Amino acid sequence: MAEIVTLAQAIAAAVHDGDTVAMEGFTHLIPHAAGHEVIRQGRRDLTLIRMTPDIIYDQMIGAGCVRKLIFSWAGNPGVGSLHRFRDAVENSWPGPLELEEHSHAGMANRYQAGASGLPFAILRGYRGTSLPAHTTGVAEIMCPFTGEVLTAVRALRPDVAVIHAQRADRQGNVQYWGITGVQKEAVLASARSVVTVEEIVDVLEPTPGAVVLPAWVVGYVAQVPGGAHPSYALGYSARDNAFYLAWDEISRDRARFAAWLDENVYGQTAPRARVTAALPGAAC
Amino acid sequence: MLNYTPDEMMTITAARSLQDGMTCFVGIGLPSEAANLARATHAPRLVLIYESGTIGAKPTELPLSIGDGMLAETADAVVSVPEIFNYWLQPGRIDVGFLGAAQLDKYGNINTTVIGSDYARPKVRLPGAGGAPEIAAACKEVIVVLRQSRRTFADHLDFVTSVGYGDGDNSRQRLGLTGGGPKVVITDMGVLRPDRRAQELVLTEIYPGVSVSEVQERTGWALRAAPDLSEIEPPTQTELAALRALRDSVPTVQQPQPAAAQPSSPVSVAKGASS
Repeated sequence: MAEIVTLAQAIAAAVHDGDTVAMEGFTHLIPHAAGHEVIRQGRRDLTLIRMTPDIIYDQMIGAGCVRKLIFSWAGNPGVGSLHRFRDAVENSWPGPLELEEHSHAGMANRYQAGASGLPFAILRGYRGTSLPAHTTGVAEIMCPFTGEVLTAVRALRPDVAVIHAQRADRQGNVQYWGITGVQKEAVLASARSVVTVEEIVDVLEPTPGAVVLPAWVVGYVAQVPGGAHPSYALGYSARDNAFYLAWDEISRDRARFAAWLDENVYGQTAPRARVTAALPGAAC
Repeated sequence: MLNYTPDEMMTITAARSLQDGMTCFVGIGLPSEAANLARATHAPRLVLIYESGTIGAKPTELPLSIGDGMLAETADAVVSVPEIFNYWLQPGRIDVGFLGAAQLDKYGNINTTVIGSDYARPKVRLPGAGGAPEIAAACKEVIVVLRQSRRTFADHLDFVTSVGYGDGDNSRQRLGLTGGGPKVVITDMGVLRPDRRAQELVLTEIYPGVSVSEVQERTGWALRAAPDLSEIEPPTQTELAALRALRDSVPTVQQPQPAAAQPSSPVSVAKGASS
């Protein structure tokens, strides 16, 4: 049953050194504040899972939290490379980074298998590509009915899923909408979960297209307004595209990145509210 | 005569390749720019599908990412990421997959993963696959758009991220890939299409003022030109104006950013880094 706690309490309780952690959010609702708290609490040796490791994983990799990355697309969307990720892969800085890479369709199916309590998922994918030769958890499988050769991908079963949502109620039922990504699957596939939310309300008003995670599948809920920044929460904030562009330069240089981290992560206490473009009432 | 850049000619040619009413799975960057230009000009009923799960998005300005809020707010439907790949892409419902690439070979295979022969210690680490392998496999046809150079048009790929025509000779059928493969590759010099028999890419169209030998010089394999090679019409004023209006709608890296101007302070990062 969900417990409503502070962000620092949630991360301390749910995320341990050596854990396999899935922080999801497909461009929208990325749990940046929670990632910063993981950095501040000095977690090490993590295996991070994320379809699109973008700025938040770049920061966690550069901060030395990560041993292994399981992913399908590692870039700064619309901008270019993730420089901390590249520095880790190309130069082992701040340490070597083990990779396990897939396609988006493969990762989505792996989460779905995990959420479904199955050992693997089946899709048409990967065939003819170099991916199976360089990754684990991909195999050919024959359809028992038609004989067609398909691709099996191993289920993802993270220790903990971390997501950001628009709202929760006081019981810890969670509601989010807009681009809903793969967060439901990530939470249901994981042993534990942390959900940061824009606000905690008395009653979750029905909202078009919303996903509701009942309190009994949620671990910890923490109120962190603006906790997705520079990603966004539809109806609460806008994507801070200028920051994604600025990150390209901040992250190119190790010292510059370190200074940014000192000022904006280590130098802050959790949770801090930072809403760039509040849109009161919009789309709610 | 209108002044325009090779990049503008490329994006306009890519936009022209999309027909009104088509369903189009759009990658970010050049493909998204071209697809939105098509919507703003000759193809207002083009159905834009982004891998973020937004189906029928109608952005009024160019999105920076595949998940900008405007895409969800203007979409006909927003579905989860497993659903967009499993229900919408995989069964072959989508007419055209529109992809960019870091490298491409003569069979239209794409590399967006690593440059360098050692996967574990690459010369350049690229973002990786994203949605591209299954877009390239399952869409009825694929359009690829990328700038042409000897580096990008490679004789050999260090990594095949997404399959075009494999090794040629009906590789797609042997691999069980259900979609039609790359129908056209659009560059900043002209257009390449697969030769019907061998499935090797051949130069079929060229931009005004570009010569065949110039294109061949910027190709890493012995590129053949089609016997009926034709010249592409230059951009119209309408096309150029629409493209420039779209480009003005998106922020660029060159803009000064307040966050990029902060002074450096002492380093205290990566204490006790892994391993």
